[in-house]
Amino acid sequence: MKTSLGPLQYCWSKEKVNQFYQQVAESSIPVVYLGETVCSRRRQLKFADYLALAHMLRESGKEVILSTLALLEAPSEYTELKKQVSNGEFIIEANDMGAVQAAKELGLPFVCGPTINNYNLATLKKLHQWGMQRFVMPIELSKSWLNHVIEAEVTATGAPLPFEIEVFAHGYIPLAHSARCFTAKQQNLPKDNCQTVCLSHAKGLLAQTQDQQPLLRLNGIQTQSASQIDLSSEIAQMKQMGVNYFRVSPSSLKSVALAESILTSKPKTEPLTCNGYWHQTAGLVHI
Amino acid sequence: MELLCPAGNLASLKIALNAGADAVYLGLKDDTNARSFAGLNFTPKKLQQAVEYTKRCGKKVFLTINTFPKPGEESRWYQAIDLAAASGVDALIMADISLLDYAHSRYPHLPLHLSVQASATNLGALTLYKEAFNIERAVLPRVLSMKQVRDLSKVTPVDLEVFAFGSLCIMAEGRCHLSSYVTGQSPNTGGSCSPAKHVRWQEDGGSRLTWLNDVLIDKSGVDEQMGYPVVCKGRYTTDENSNASHILEAPTSLNTLSLLPELAKANVVSLKIEGRQRSPAYVEQVTRVWRTAIDSYLSSPEKYQTQQEWNVALAKVSEGQTTTLGAYERTWQ
Repeated sequence: MKTSLGPLQYCWSKEKVNQFYQQVAESSIPVVYLGETVCSRRRQLKFADYLALAHMLRESGKEVILSTLALLEAPSEYTELKKQVSNGEFIIEANDMGAVQAAKELGLPFVCGPTINNYNLATLKKLHQWGMQRFVMPIELSKSWLNHVIEAEVTATGAPLPFEIEVFAHGYIPLAHSARCFTAKQQNLPKDNCQTVCLSHAKGLLAQTQDQQPLLRLNGIQTQSASQIDLSSEIAQMKQMGVNYFRVSPSSLKSVALAESILTSKPKTEPLTCNGYWHQTAGLVHI
Repeated sequence: MELLCPAGNLASLKIALNAGADAVYLGLKDDTNARSFAGLNFTPKKLQQAVEYTKRCGKKVFLTINTFPKPGEESRWYQAIDLAAASGVDALIMADISLLDYAHSRYPHLPLHLSVQASATNLGALTLYKEAFNIERAVLPRVLSMKQVRDLSKVTPVDLEVFAFGSLCIMAEGRCHLSSYVTGQSPNTGGSCSPAKHVRWQEDGGSRLTWLNDVLIDKSGVDEQMGYPVVCKGRYTTDENSNASHILEAPTSLNTLSLLPELAKANVVSLKIEGRQRSPAYVEQVTRVWRTAIDSYLSSPEKYQTQQEWNVALAKVSEGQTTTLGAYERTWQ
């Protein structure tokens, strides 16, 4: 099992993003996803900037995958997506079925990100037929679900799954996407004139219940978990099951060091972690 | 322009058809659909009665099979499709790729509608489902502005259906995990958002506390009008505001009566009323108002105006007794 670094989900300045990926390039992390997955109004980095970073990372020996938007609304976003898919050099992480179609049309292989609804083996096999080489398990699914899928394939064909498995294993969980920008709403700004206010929330904006339980993290149009998922105690189990990639979703410059070491040394226990989904219960639970 | 109404049971189905629905949609009494609530939905026998009644009225009935099969339990979903095909429903409303594949390969003449749970918002996604499974229609998620619906309608390879009225999902449907994050069950996996068995209310002095799986999602006055408790309509504090508020959305319902002419001009083929979990009285009230509004528009499109009495009647059955245009209106976003 290898570590993968998921796409940055927050809106950071171009300098900070460049600094972050410079550190990644110098790290031992083997697989890197990058690109804007949340909001097309974030224009600190353009696609050409991501491509430049992708080249830099590849030259440092990384496997690079370009991540795409999870929620497409305007025709211009689909046009931009098709441009990204046909970049000619890097495969993409599809986070919407529109991206699957764009890759399928061109006969290009792709990775299915966590927001593609892969809920059973027959669906996975259909996507594989369309070009899926790897899938990130949908975030609300569990170890038991994954075991069922792996075993069902062995029973049916006597062979392992014909595509790779990645698990969203560390970081804040993307729970939902909306037309509404919750960060702008907090500042009483209309989305069409949002002033990219999410730049001021490097890890999103924490929301708590009225009895002070951290619950959600507002990140523009995306709603995340307040707790970080941490499956580092499941690493041995995941290796045994045949999981290929352990995804770390970055939230700060420190995530690079964490991703580098997580497979070999357990990270120090942080407050606010959860692993409920993996154990087939409420996602926020820590077992 | 079809008026498509919800039927949680046979009584609602008859009321909807008598009140002017062109078509009704319903689900089976299990977790193959995303409104799997106790006391709701149709046994195979009731489904047969529903189909026969609807056909006698000369109207249409669609069966919703819009959850995602669990590994090892797929047969329950496949059986639901077989049953639907045998019963003579007019279309299936589905989201899962394996189910679309199953239905398309075995029953190629049975029309397929792409459920809102498939979360298809763009030309690429619609093209994929059209090419792979020959879907006839797609239900659009409640994330597009009116302009975006119009833009999509110019290029779509399939008919478009939109939500016209009812409870407002504010997240891209089929990809929202707020319910499972708190309760372990989501519409996709468990067949409902915010399952009733996890909801608990508690009176505390002058306040009412709303708990969802022991997470405090709201604290209100005891006399306040409350909607059904869901995570996205709770009141929370943030690091920047210690006064609890509806940081995502307040309890409110979608009401697009004022957009009817624009939806018609965008060639939207069907207007969906949400609410299979609501009472027959709700179904009757909403169906009557929308029937009147659509007929008024069709008789003289250029003179169409939303009548105040329609909005008043709809507000009475709305969550929080307020309505919104939701994402159709840019300012909401």
